[in-house]
Amino acid sequence: MAKLQVGVVSPEREIWSGEADMVIAKTVEGEIGIMPNHAPVIGVLVEGGVLRVKRGGDNDLVAAVHGGFISVAANEVSILAEAAELGSEVDVAAAKDALQRAQAAIEASQDDADAQLEAKRNTARLRAAGEEV
Amino acid sequence: MGAQLRLLRRRIKSVKSTAKITRAQELIASSRIVKAQQRMTAAVPYEREITRAVTGVVSNTSSVDHPLTVAKENPARAGVLIITSDSGFCGGFNANLLREAEALRGLLESRGIQVTPFVSGRKGVGWHAFRHREMGGQWVGFSRRPSYDDAKDIADALIESFKAEDGIDEIHIVSTEFVSMLTQNVVVKRILPLEVVETTEAPKDGPLPYFEFEPSAGAVLDSLLPRYVESRIFTALLQSAASEEAARRRAMKSATDNANELIRVFTQKMNQVRQAEITQEISEIVGGANALADAASGKE
Repeated sequence: MAKLQVGVVSPEREIWSGEADMVIAKTVEGEIGIMPNHAPVIGVLVEGGVLRVKRGGDNDLVAAVHGGFISVAANEVSILAEAAELGSEVDVAAAKDALQRAQAAIEASQDDADAQLEAKRNTARLRAAGEEV
Repeated sequence: MGAQLRLLRRRIKSVKSTAKITRAQELIASSRIVKAQQRMTAAVPYEREITRAVTGVVSNTSSVDHPLTVAKENPARAGVLIITSDSGFCGGFNANLLREAEALRGLLESRGIQVTPFVSGRKGVGWHAFRHREMGGQWVGFSRRPSYDDAKDIADALIESFKAEDGIDEIHIVSTEFVSMLTQNVVVKRILPLEVVETTEAPKDGPLPYFEFEPSAGAVLDSLLPRYVESRIFTALLQSAASEEAARRRAMKSATDNANELIRVFTQKMNQVRQAEITQEISEIVGGANALADAASGKE
């Protein structure tokens, strides 16, 4: 079966690239799963989404992706993230700490947009690292 | 010891310490160029992908009618983003840039377009403040290590001003392009209204595929175009950072060379003076001894 060529890039560096069987990402419309020979598509990703790349025998690659796009054409999948982090790179303690602080800020004032964004991002980071949130 | 000799010694000492400083600066700059270049290379995949995505969207939607791509018929105001450095000691880097920016200003004004400078880098901000030029925006403190957030700040300000009713109608960017360690060129580009840079080479697998959009072409374009502008600005910042270090390395290298040349000239001069002093002393002693000998022989 054909494989997908996947590249996960952020403005500052290329985060990961390689072959995969399936890519699952979260766009503003909902979750999208890409398998080989998918029709060309460009989608807008949500803030604080979790990207999952399924690779045959190996473990799944999981990354926290904050905003950006997914573009699929001719079995090439590029994920252009404004910021992204591999699950294995996440500092779990720091992320938990940041999440707690953000939640405290949200409780203090409901319309604190920065804190809500921060909470979303850190939830995604923890999920990517395999923590239950 | 003669006064001239002392003066020369002092001079040599001072030039030597200057040479040490410039040499150190040169070495620091050399190591920083490598890092700056790595950052430049690391940013390439994103820019390539986003350019491809924008090209994909634009070629799919027959009539792109987005505020960021529509050129006004009679532009009255233009914003010019000038990317200078924060620190000096980099030769003609900033002077070349600002000269080019002035040329662009002249050109635009001759077409009846009013120019608002947006300046990044302490040197450029100082230059404009000294001339009491009003700036549309100023950013300092990151010229050596720009992050994507810095590029975002700049892009946000520019796009906001571009979208505003009585804001600017086009945006140009004056920055330095890093070609190689030895060559850096000042380039002027128009970034808004957007001209998508399409690769001249034919796509390798036929025409671009017909994309589907999630949620819609308009929404994708809405969030894609600002990202594209940010990415362009980020690339310009990174190129400028690398060019700055390269210019600094070159400037510091020639400063070190000049200092060494000065030390050579002064040392030669100092030796001459010292030798002249010794010769004079000997001739005085010999003269004195002869005079004494003459006096003694006269008595007998």
